[in-house]
Amino acid sequence: MRELFDIFWSFLKIGAFTFGGGYAMIPLIQHEVIHNRGWLAERDFIDLLTLAQAAPGPIALNTAVFVGYRRCGYVGSLAAVLGVVVPSFVIILIVAIFFADMRHNAWVDAAFKGMRPAVVALIVAPIMGLTRGMRPWLLAVSAAVALVVWYWGVSPVWFLVAGAAVGILLAARQGKEVDR
Amino acid sequence: MIITLLQLVWSYLKIGFFGFGGGYAMLSLIHSEVVVRNGWLTNGEFSDIVAISQMTPGPIALNSATYIGYEVAGITGSIVATTAVCIPALTLMMLITRFFIKLHNNNYVQSVVVCMRPVVVGMIASAALLLIFPHSDDGRSFIDGWSWVIFIVTLLASTRKVNPILLIIASGIAGVVIYGWDMIMG
Repeated sequence: MRELFDIFWSFLKIGAFTFGGGYAMIPLIQHEVIHNRGWLAERDFIDLLTLAQAAPGPIALNTAVFVGYRRCGYVGSLAAVLGVVVPSFVIILIVAIFFADMRHNAWVDAAFKGMRPAVVALIVAPIMGLTRGMRPWLLAVSAAVALVVWYWGVSPVWFLVAGAAVGILLAARQGKEVDR
Repeated sequence: MIITLLQLVWSYLKIGFFGFGGGYAMLSLIHSEVVVRNGWLTNGEFSDIVAISQMTPGPIALNSATYIGYEVAGITGSIVATTAVCIPALTLMMLITRFFIKLHNNNYVQSVVVCMRPVVVGMIASAALLLIFPHSDDGRSFIDGWSWVIFIVTLLASTRKVNPILLIIASGIAGVVIYGWDMIMG
């Protein structure tokens, strides 16, 4: 019981202080899970990051499930996930309840008019890093996906499924070659 | 009401299950479900939520689930959508951990991750395109020359690793100064 509460509490802290999401939170998780609690070895943490990135869903959530399960089985997973979810849930719920009224305020509206293009810039920025060194035909694939999803409103799910299928086929072919 | 809740569950299960590639890649998936498919939000409201998500803790998938759930079906909706978005990660990661599959040594997983990468980049780009060139006029992100100034300055600062929270706050202040000035004058 004590351990379950510790898991919940650690992930509550992680959930409450991970601004910006994703990779920004890795150092915080590392500090809490490895250095503070000693729940994982550094080596396991690398495995965990590979898992958390290969599996769908937010990294914070995946990490919580992994560490929770390792410590206390599925109850541990639930305690950890609850910890990660509660801070963002409470804060966003409060925002949602009050934002509807605030949104009509002319000053708030002015602030959001300024923030919208900044949001777009924050989305564009990582594309430049990700495409650096990419082969031209892969870049063409990315561009095609972007255009089709944007222009025709096709769900990106189809492209993810197609990407996964190509990956499986390629790996299967390689496997056969190795067998020979 | 029940129908709406079921739609919320279905949409957020999909977002949770196909949410590869981290926050920004998920945006295009969330946009596709929430704006294009179900019309729960306009483009402008969508980008407002992204801004709010940047300033509040937690992954954007969770933040958007809670917010949109509330908009669509009150507190019940927010609980239902948040739970739905967690379920795929919870079950998949538990299975992976249970059988402790060594993913980084697995050729199949490696190959799938590599092949999904260009798709993930395309998804991030489509999220940007959707906000720059929306299909309808409600809630444009770019309304005048100032929008482009804010965009370029934020882009330059962001590639120089300036904290995104700081950039959102700064652009909000810029908005108040630019558009607030218009209000006072006119």
